[in-house]
Amino acid sequence: MQLSRWEPFGSMWKEMNRLQREMNQLFSHLGSDGRPGLAVSFPALNVWQDEGTVYAEAELPGMELNDLEIFVTGGNQLTIKGERKQPKLDKGTWHRQERGFGSFARVVSLPVDVNPDRVEARLVNGVLTIRMPKSETAKPRKIVVKAE
Amino acid sequence: MTENSIVKTEKKGEVTTPELTGGNVTFTPRVDIIETAEELLLFADIPGVKPEDVDVKFENGELILHGRCNPRFDSAGLLLGEYEVGDFYRVFALNESIDAEKISADLKQGVLTVHLPKSPAVKPRKISVKEK
Repeated sequence: MQLSRWEPFGSMWKEMNRLQREMNQLFSHLGSDGRPGLAVSFPALNVWQDEGTVYAEAELPGMELNDLEIFVTGGNQLTIKGERKQPKLDKGTWHRQERGFGSFARVVSLPVDVNPDRVEARLVNGVLTIRMPKSETAKPRKIVVKAE
Repeated sequence: MTENSIVKTEKKGEVTTPELTGGNVTFTPRVDIIETAEELLLFADIPGVKPEDVDVKFENGELILHGRCNPRFDSAGLLLGEYEVGDFYRVFALNESIDAEKISADLKQGVLTVHLPKSPAVKPRKISVKEK
């Protein structure tokens, strides 16, 4: 998908931002399988967080939740496994064949521990969203500073 | 692609001609197109697009696919960003042998399927040979 990007204003700083993000990705501990540089692994992920929750999102068009295995091990290792099956079609002439099919597996390390029992996954319009509440120990705690 | 192909080609020049919709990034969706005796069948991956946000148009021999998709989260807390979210847009030039009245489309789990039935004139016909 990366190649078919179209930037409306082609602005330089946007490209620079992207470059920086990709470089960060390369050296980040979140890199796929712990092997830096393999940013092309499938599915591409977006991971973000708020105070209490870590979210992961992937584009998986044409799949059902039953085709997917999602689990968290060791507190912060998120695994997404599955297979995208090619629909069976009558014989014909192919004019374009650009979509990919097959099995995939992806493991990412999250920056904080999450509660594996409370992980929720939703697949809507071909977009997988995983909601992972942070474990109690990972949540920020406010420390009250008393003045004497 | 074969010479007598029913799908001519995508428009020359810029493949993705954007329609400006609030400055969203626009992507070219990946498609599969298969031609059978009866129809052309097109599949496009447009994850994240809701059924009401898809436009499929056929005009002047061109099939225009457009799916609108807005950002789904605030990038403030982003830890890992491997793809961007945006619109999908793609145009195919088809020749006249498509029965435009009977084009139908559906969207399921982010996959757009478009049925483009051939007009009766170009469908292969079997001619029975009589014995004399």
